[in-house]
Amino acid sequence: MSATGLSAEANGKQSGASRLRRHTALLVIVMAALIVLALFPSFAQPYYVTLVLPAFAYAIALLGFNLLFGYTGLLSFGHALFVALGAYGAAVLTSKLGIKSFELILLASGLAAVVVAIPVGLLAVRYVRIFFGILTLAFGMLFHSFLFKFYNITGGDTGIRVLRPALFGNEFSDLDKTAFLIGPFYYYCLVLLVVLGFVMWRIVHSPFGLHLTAIRENSRKAEYLGVRVRMFRLAAFLISAFYCAVGGVILAINTGQADPETAYWTHSGELVFMTVLGGFANFFGPLVGAFVFIFLKSELMSLTQYWRFFLGVTLALIVILFPRGVMGVAQDLWSKVKKKQ
Amino acid sequence: MTSFFDILLGGVFHAAVLFLVAAGLQLVFGVQKIVNLACGSFYALGAYFGITSVNWALAAGLPPWMFLPVLIVSGIVLGAIGPAIEALLRTIYARDEAFQLLLTFALVLMFQDVLRFFWGPNPQQLSNLVTEYGRLSIGTFSVSTYNLLVIAASIVIAVGIGAFLQRTRFGRILRATAENREMSQALGVNVRWMYTSVFTLGTILGTVGGALVVPTAAASLDMPVELVVEAFAVVVIGGLGSMRGALVGALIVGLMRAAAITFYAELEILAIYLVVIIVLIARPAGLFGKPIE
Repeated sequence: MSATGLSAEANGKQSGASRLRRHTALLVIVMAALIVLALFPSFAQPYYVTLVLPAFAYAIALLGFNLLFGYTGLLSFGHALFVALGAYGAAVLTSKLGIKSFELILLASGLAAVVVAIPVGLLAVRYVRIFFGILTLAFGMLFHSFLFKFYNITGGDTGIRVLRPALFGNEFSDLDKTAFLIGPFYYYCLVLLVVLGFVMWRIVHSPFGLHLTAIRENSRKAEYLGVRVRMFRLAAFLISAFYCAVGGVILAINTGQADPETAYWTHSGELVFMTVLGGFANFFGPLVGAFVFIFLKSELMSLTQYWRFFLGVTLALIVILFPRGVMGVAQDLWSKVKKKQ
Repeated sequence: MTSFFDILLGGVFHAAVLFLVAAGLQLVFGVQKIVNLACGSFYALGAYFGITSVNWALAAGLPPWMFLPVLIVSGIVLGAIGPAIEALLRTIYARDEAFQLLLTFALVLMFQDVLRFFWGPNPQQLSNLVTEYGRLSIGTFSVSTYNLLVIAASIVIAVGIGAFLQRTRFGRILRATAENREMSQALGVNVRWMYTSVFTLGTILGTVGGALVVPTAAASLDMPVELVVEAFAVVVIGGLGSMRGALVGALIVGLMRAAAITFYAELEILAIYLVVIIVLIARPAGLFGKPIE
């Protein structure tokens, strides 16, 4: 990923004072964004609020995805596998096993994803670059055809219904579906995003995260320095799988259905799309990418039946002209403004 | 015995078409180092355009048995989109692989709607033209002559590509460029022109593949994304960038698929991908690929 350069945060050469100022500015922006998101259901139409839920889901999934892609330098084209594991985890637990506790569903689905990710990751991290991408794609499609073909277990192409979970033991049975989703569930997911976002922030800024960055920049050199490259890659893979599964659980509860398309390779492609759209060199890029993508897609879908074409054009433009994504453009504008001052 | 024969022929027919697409993928990967996700889109475009061309040709009064040449010509004509797409890809040759893969993914999304725009959302079919060529019977076995012709065409193309790469001057320059781009440029090879022609050739292999399959199967909007999955399996089994690999990989995938459909339909793609994973574990670079770092 050397072509796009590193964001300043991994640079480590800034003086303490400027770092503090930077962090303060960042904190202000994050707090402002959180306040807007917290107040959003009170002023926006319910339709737009229901759009934020998948954005939350993808934001969480992409936090994990980008640990692997942006920080470790491994491009997976099969992470929809773990999103689908989360979705089907929620489906099986709620409609087949009658488990309603959302906390339990998150934990169980996340752990299931990690368990699947261990063998998949062990094989995949032996490769880098395009081979890693193709192998992960293969595993994703393997899972997709399992979901699609084994009708008795997975419901085939219709999938499995996902029932409403209980948040901290409360089912909110007096609320209808939309009220539940844009009410308690919305705030629960917002808090979840903040918590998991904070955890990821700590991960990428920990020695562990710096190891991953070192592996991305020069894996051979990192190995000489005693970094166990494959172990670290595997660890990043497992964490990303957990995050993607949590995102998948939220997605499935939002739509009320887990279907095999969630595991299809084009869905994996969308994950990469969102990450690059927001900017993978920046910690917040994937989060921005998730929101921009969801709203862009919904606007395009309401305008034309050929929305895929315009999504494709957007992606091509981003890749060719703005490879650092929305956050890259924002950073450039910001530094231009600063220079003028 | 008859069913064994059917599986064999069905598998080889599928392999013949898969080989064409995979060969295009390999050619482009070998020279440009780009894994083209849009190869499936070229295939689907070839299929749809093939239907339209045959219908035009029939309306213009051409005899029905001419449909095979018409299909091949229509596939070659579609190669005209190659240079335009290569010009788009040219902007990112120097970039990270992630961007190259994503740009071809963008093409997949765009083509999906281009097909929908011109041919609508419903699957399209060529009415029973295959029967024009009749069936060939040997003893108790009977096969569609068209399928045999496609297999023969694919073999001719395979041999042709092999001879082209090994024996001609252009082929030698092409292989030299694939091996070391800077050195060939220093020796005066027009790399830009080379890239454009290789990509166009890769495109034509895909579109002709799609055109040839369409008399036996409907063209649908799922075609591009479904084919990519199989074409990827082929090149991974055979080894990225290897033509021999594309041939062997296509045979393995084609036969596996035909066998799985007959014996246990649930296993179709599953079986193919299990082979992919086994090959990758046992021989990371594929059967004929160069060892990877």
